[in-house]
Order: sequence, then C-alpha cells, then structure tokens
Amino acid sequence: MKLKLYVLMLAGFGLLSAQTRADGNVENGKRLFLKDGCYECHGYAGQGGAGARLAPKVLATANFIKYVRHPAGAMPPYTAKVATDAELADIRAYLATMPEPPALKSIPILNQ
Amino acid sequence: MAKSSKLSVGRRGFLKGAAAGAMTGAAAIVGGTSVAEAQQAQSTAAPAVRPPSAAERATENLAGASAEIQIVERPGSDYMVDVIKSLPVEYIFASPGSSFRSLHESVVNYGGNKPEFITCTHEEIGVAMGNGYAKIEGKPALSMAHGTVGCQHAAMAVYNAYCDQVPNILILGNIANAAERRGSVEWLHSVQDAAAMLREFTKWDDNPASLQHFGESTVRAYQLAMTPPTMPVVLVADGELQESPIPADANLRIPKYVVPSPPAGDSSTVNEIAKMLVAAENPVIVTSRSARTPAGLRSLIELAELLQCAVIDQHRRMNFPSRHPLNQSWNSRGVVGNADVILGLETYDFYGVVHALGGQTKVIPRSITKPGVKLVSISSSDLFYKSNYQNFERFQDVDIAIAADAEATLPSLIEAVQKLVTPDRKRVFQARGAKLADASKQSLEQNRTNATYAWDASPISTARMSAELWAQLRNEDWSLVSDTIWISYWPLRLWDFDKHYHYIGGAGGEGVGYMAPAALGAAVANKKHGRLSVCIQSDGDLMMAPGTLWTSAHHKIPMLTLMHNNRAYHMEIMQLQRMANQHNRGIDTCGIGTTITDPNINYAQMAKSMGVEAEGPIADPAALGPAIKRGIEAVKRGNPYLIDVITQPR
Repeated sequence: MKLKLYVLMLAGFGLLSAQTRADGNVENGKRLFLKDGCYECHGYAGQGGAGARLAPKVLATANFIKYVRHPAGAMPPYTAKVATDAELADIRAYLATMPEPPALKSIPILNQ
Repeated sequence: MAKSSKLSVGRRGFLKGAAAGAMTGAAAIVGGTSVAEAQQAQSTAAPAVRPPSAAERATENLAGASAEIQIVERPGSDYMVDVIKSLPVEYIFASPGSSFRSLHESVVNYGGNKPEFITCTHEEIGVAMGNGYAKIEGKPALSMAHGTVGCQHAAMAVYNAYCDQVPNILILGNIANAAERRGSVEWLHSVQDAAAMLREFTKWDDNPASLQHFGESTVRAYQLAMTPPTMPVVLVADGELQESPIPADANLRIPKYVVPSPPAGDSSTVNEIAKMLVAAENPVIVTSRSARTPAGLRSLIELAELLQCAVIDQHRRMNFPSRHPLNQSWNSRGVVGNADVILGLETYDFYGVVHALGGQTKVIPRSITKPGVKLVSISSSDLFYKSNYQNFERFQDVDIAIAADAEATLPSLIEAVQKLVTPDRKRVFQARGAKLADASKQSLEQNRTNATYAWDASPISTARMSAELWAQLRNEDWSLVSDTIWISYWPLRLWDFDKHYHYIGGAGGEGVGYMAPAALGAAVANKKHGRLSVCIQSDGDLMMAPGTLWTSAHHKIPMLTLMHNNRAYHMEIMQLQRMANQHNRGIDTCGIGTTITDPNINYAQMAKSMGVEAEGPIADPAALGPAIKRGIEAVKRGNPYLIDVITQPR
C-alpha cells in the first residue's frame, strides 16, 4: 500500500512538474531573469538593448529553450548545467507577461 | 630686458633653504644666523628626517626680513606667456603644480589670466576637457601638469586624444638641473625625459633648453597638432627656464604662426576615384572622422547628393546629417553587402566595415561584401602611425588608397565627379536616391517603433530618456557633448542632427573617465556661441572624474547633464557573463565587481555638494520631462544642472 501511494505521489509530482514547465512560474522567472543577468543585454522588460528583444512577443517554450542552448549572433550559449529547462520555461513565462508597447502614433514626442 | 634687484640673499637660495628645512628639519634663517649654521645646528639636535615645527615654518616665512632676496620682474615664463598668447589659445585646463608655478603665475598676473585658467581637480580632467573643447572649436587648448605625477594622471586622456585624432597641447613642468631642485619633493617630481611616458601616443614632443627654443617649439607644436592627422603634442617647460630672469641680451622673438594647409589627394588619383564612383551602381561612402570642421560636413553632403549614394556615418564626429535621406547608418550591413564601390573617408576600421567578426568567443571574420567590390580609402591616418599602441585596427587591403586628409580632398573629388556626370547617369542616380530615401524613412520609423518598447518601464528606458530630452531640445540651438554608445545610440537614431557641433563622438581610445570632462570642455567652447550643451552621462564614467562637477560650478559652465545611472559597469557585466557561460558556471554571480550598488550613489546629492543645481533620482518616466524642462531653464540662466535618472542597462 505504501509502495502504491509512493508511486502515485511520484506520478503526481511528475504531472505537476510537467505542467509547471509547460506554463512556467512567472514569479520564479522574474527572479531568475534578474539573478541570472538576462536583463543586462535584453533590458528589464525584455525590450532589447545590447541583446535582442525578447518580449512581449515570446518564442514558444520549446523554441525558447532551444535558442538559449544554441543561440545565433553574439549571445553565448547557456547549458542545462547553469540554467535548466524548467528555469528557462519560468523565464519565458515571465517575459510573456510583458505588456504590448503603446502605439507609436499615441506618443507625440516620438513623432518629432 | 630683465630687471632684477638683489636684497640680501638669492631668491633661489632662500627657497632652496626653506624647502630643505621643510623636508629635513633644517631651519632656513633664524635672525642673523646663516643658513649653513642653522642647518648644522639642526642636524646635531634633530633626526635627519622630520617635519619642521610650526615655529620653524613661521621663521621660514618671515626670513625675508633680513635675507637677500632676488626680485625677478621679468621671468622667462613671461616670455612663454607671450608665445602662448601669440597663438589662438583660449583656455588652459589644469590643476596647479609647483613645477610650472612660474608659468602659472605669469599666466594669471603678467598675462591677465589669458588664456583663461580653468581649474581642474585632476590632470586627466584637464586634458579631457581640452579634447572636448577641440572637437567643438576645431583648435587645441592647453593643459599643464607636473612632468611626473601630473603626466601620469593625464596619460589616459592624452591616449584618448591620440586615438581620436584630437589636437591638444600638454605642457609638462620639470626641473632638469639637479642642482636647482628644492628639496626631496622636487626630486620626486623631476624626470630626465618628461615626455617619454607619452611619446608612444603623442605626435611630437620637445624639451626646450632655452627660451628661444621654447618659443619656436611651441609654435611648431601648435602647427603639428593642427596638421591632419590632428593629434596631441607635448612640451616640457623647464623650471629654471621659467623662473630665471630673461637675459638682457636674449633678443627673443616670437615665431609667426601659420595654419598649415592640410594634405590633399593628388588630382590623377582623385579623378580615378571619381570615375569609379560615377560608374558604380551602388556606391557607398563610409565615414568615421571626415568632418574635421563644418566644411567637411558640407562637402560630404554635396558629394553624396551629387552621386545620390548611401552614406554610413560611424559617428566619431558629426559627419553627415542623421535624417538626410541618403543616411543609411542604420542599414549599414545591407548597403555594404550590396555595394560595388565603397569609399572610406577617414574610416578608422575599414576591415570592420567589410567583415562580420562573428564567433562566440573567438574572432571568425567573414566578408560581407559582394565579390568584386572595389574598396577605396582616403585617410590622413595613413600619414602617421606609431608602433606600440595598436589603435590602427586590422589591415584591410584596398584597391586605391590616398594618404591625405579627406576633408581637404573632398572639394577636388566633388569637382571631378561633377565633370563626369552625364544626364543618363544623373537619371540613374536619382532613381537610386529615391530608393535610399525610402529606406531611410523606414529606418527612422523602425527606430521610433523600437523606442516604444518598455516606454513606461521603470527603470527608465534609454530610448524614453532620449526621446524626452529631444522633445525639449529640438527648438533650441543644442549640442550633444557626450557619446551615445552606452545608450544604444538612441539620440542618433531619433534626433535630427544636422550641424557640426550637434555631436562630438566618443573617447577615441575608449578610456573611461573621458565623457564627463570632455563634455564640459565642449560646453566651455559652446558657451560663447550661446549653445545649449547637453550630456547624457554614464555613471561609471563620472565616478572616474567626479571633480568635473566642481569645475562646472566654479567656472559657471552651463550644461545639462542627464545621468544614465544604470548602477553598473554594464559592458563589464556582459563580459563577465560571457566568461561564466564559456566556463559553464556561476552565471548568477556576474554582479560581483561590476555593479555600483549597495550603497546606490545619489548623483544629485553629489552634484549639489559641489555647487551644481541638481535633482533626482528619477525612476518614473512620467517625471522626467518636467525635470528636463527645469534643467534647461537653469542652463539658460548660465548654470550647470544635473538630473539623476535611474535607467535601464542600455
């Protein structure tokens, strides 16, 4: 009985873990985005700077992880040792919460 | 010529005794006791090295009552000032130093403080102010420093001037004659070859042995500094030469200064280049520093419009209007890749123009040009290189090279092109120009759209900061006196730059600690023209030379400073991050040694402590516009003003 419960618990954790990876944990993603220094090149809002724009239009999770592992251009690769798939999914989830920018026409001082 | 009167002891002897007393404990003069007697008495009663007592210092100061003092009413430094005043030098940016004290005194008293002495709190600030000043005014200022410690402080700013091809004149004080050095400090501040330390990154230096020699070398130094490639030069002003009377029979003259005509390309090669440009389907002009003066800017506009060709401005100077329809600076990869002729004008890294360097950690260069592209270079840099410092960048083989000043060569190139343009070619050019104008318009629109991202974010985006500033500058006669590399070039992407003084480029040698003082030097130059100087100041850079703020307040130099306060050496964070990635560890520890936090620096308080009006920190983007308005009002009243803006990294 105990063994069965243990197996069920493991299965439950696995399922939960899979759901967490699919959706990502926004709060943890925000924490990692700052802690791991993503903002340094991509900006606090993922708007881009020295690095590419990441938000608000974000890559699908699988593609996001794939790109971080094998980036193009100047971005260095991040291995699973320093950033796990789950962590990258969380970062991606955080970036997906960024709002759309205001329309260019709605900002008079950008049209001068 | 010289007029001196002897009282009871030679001035030099008195000063030597006083200095020796200060450093060794030997009293100089006590009542009727001779220097030697006093020294002997002290040497038996006191340790060989100890500071003088208060009584001894007081005695030294009063010693002249019975001492023989030589009055030198016409010191050699007066002649030095006569020479300097014969040149179009307006300012001396310097900290004081005893090895050039006589020259300093001659400037302020004999010369009536002309050139005007601008007090700096660091020799690097002094030279860097000269760099900024020269880039606006088109001529050098002077800086002065000790031949040893001051020179060491000044060195990085001199290196920036060298890499950035900025004319600047540095005078180093020194006491060559060992027998004339007053105590141990003057030994510490004396050197056999004062200019040696700077020789690898200056154009020329001299150590004059006589006043006439000083006069001739000063004029020569000015001319060499001003001849393209313009660069820093160094003169040594010997202390004895400064302080001794001008000999009665010296018969000194001041050499005539003539502005040298800059070297221009020969007509046959210029004609050959003109043929290539007129025949090309997609010629591209790439410029780094071709506009030495406003004339260079005008000439490049004329040539580009004549050919209706793409121009890429690498922004080491204000070379080409940012919103000109032919400006393709934000589409450089595309136009270079499509070019059949590329004309480089004072292009400092031609190799980097035609290659992508690629690679994660190693350079893997890849040509980005079409096969058969013709490369042409007109550059004064080819006239002058030194070996040790590697500022000449990677070698790029070209099809034609003219070793001459681009600005001076452009008029003849324009004339040659005009002669070759047929109506048929003109129609082709116009069609090409129309396409480029569309591309330029799209680039501006894209840059504006890019600026909308993180528009309302806090910390404030560098795009938002730049846009807020532009909104209030656009109707002023403004001058951006800081580099834009650290803020993703947003001003160059959004603002309408069309005058030579609208932009001065960056440090040249990328030495941090350049921006604040160079901006202030440029603001000094802009002041008499009534221009509104603005500086978007990196925090790490200001912390290298914070005393610049005091100089701005002390001399009432109007300039609006917006702090780009991202609280880090962000370039270095990214470098460290790259290494952590390469080593596959510790990507979350890259803030160690690279951030400027804990405590956060309050730049408004720092500025206020030095007499500069200031406000902030401001992290709310909506609050920035009103602050800038207040700042501009203060600057228009003639004051420096600083706004501490908490910003995104880039």
